Amino acid sequence: MTASKTDLANAKAQAHEWPLWEVFVRPKAGLDHKHCGSLHAADSKMALQLAREVYTRRQEGISVWIVRSDQIVASDPADKAMLFDPMEDKVYRHPTFYELPPEVGHM
Amino acid sequence: MYTQAMDTAPKEERAAIRNADEVVAEQAFERALDNEGFIEAKDWMSDHYRKTLVRQISQHAHSEIVGMLPEGNWITRAPTLKRKAILLAKVQDEAGHGLYLYAAGETLGTSRDQMLEALHTGKAKYSSIFNYPTLTWADVGVIGWLVDGAAIMNQIPLCRCSYAPYARAMVRVCREESFHQRQGYDALLTMMHKGTDAQRAMVQDATNRWWWPSLMMFGPPDDQSPNTAQSMRWGIKRLTNDELRQKFVNATVEQARILGVTLPDPDLKWNEARNGYDFGAIDWTEFWQVVNGDGPCNKERLAERVDAWNDGEWVREAALAHARKQAARAAEGRKAA
Repeated sequence: MTASKTDLANAKAQAHEWPLWEVFVRPKAGLDHKHCGSLHAADSKMALQLAREVYTRRQEGISVWIVRSDQIVASDPADKAMLFDPMEDKVYRHPTFYELPPEVGHM
Repeated sequence: MYTQAMDTAPKEERAAIRNADEVVAEQAFERALDNEGFIEAKDWMSDHYRKTLVRQISQHAHSEIVGMLPEGNWITRAPTLKRKAILLAKVQDEAGHGLYLYAAGETLGTSRDQMLEALHTGKAKYSSIFNYPTLTWADVGVIGWLVDGAAIMNQIPLCRCSYAPYARAMVRVCREESFHQRQGYDALLTMMHKGTDAQRAMVQDATNRWWWPSLMMFGPPDDQSPNTAQSMRWGIKRLTNDELRQKFVNATVEQARILGVTLPDPDLKWNEARNGYDFGAIDWTEFWQVVNGDGPCNKERLAERVDAWNDGEWVREAALAHARKQAARAAEGRKAA
């Protein structure tokens, strides 16, 4: 099945489904929110409640973000090479590229 | 809780004509599989891979959801408040596992409703183990010990499976699963070491009834699993059914001894040469009977799921209607402002 056909079948079937939300959890103060999964909920309030029930049953987080899945804009995997490969030959962007005399010490 | 390898996938059909882009994408896909890499949701994948994963993941999700029923049977009758809280937490975990897995399945382009429809119409399978009844409180402990124990054996290798959303869901599931097995074994230890003779007999009886169905959880023997090689190549299976089953038996014998119960198999004995336990023949007729709908509780379990879904319909619709009304009001408010 091609992607567009899949999407179409999916959109049809989802007409009566609660929308899909992506869940991001901050494990503890000082850390980033991290994507941890998705869930269906009728609205944002319910999505927050369910995110708590589904993804933080064991104190996995202190803060939750939710965002409608259809609102996420993502890069296309087919563009992976075009987008990310050019960085491969830019080794001078890394500190290890530079060999300094040992006397300099930690820099 | 866990999935069951049943190898009912149709043989791979290849599209005869493909364009050049697709050939390149397919090569990248095959290379990722060869190198034990990951396939993400939006990456190119073959139809057969996609279909097999939808089948396996949804079947796994259904097992988690149906798996709540046998144990849910005992929530209101747990012997103490402590055991009740534990059992509630465990059953809630199973619901969570079902949800992680449905979400992983949805990334493959199948909707939640489509998967549920397949379960409710009997098109999709779930693990045969949940079609057995939970007759006593000891059954709850034995399910934790043996059924979740078998599930862990099955699921740990899947944390490294090639389909990344499935692998990530399995990492989460496995992290929570260990509590399930330990709480079951702990409940049984309490009955065996601090209980009455009647309670000890209850544990033995439950062990007798769940032992063989637990061994069947690993699926048919290797010589009757023609698609194992394919699944291994795709990394959605890491060890064969018989290898996992053997691992489980080897681990369980000592646990049974410490508990003080006998495993109901006169042929069970250590084999030095194989460095493992030999065990008796499994009744595969019973297995296929249960898988194909004729187990002790198949009809009851499915009916309960279908009823729950139908009874919840007005709630799902009301929530959606409420959300739409709120959104419309908010939009009006913005216009007015």
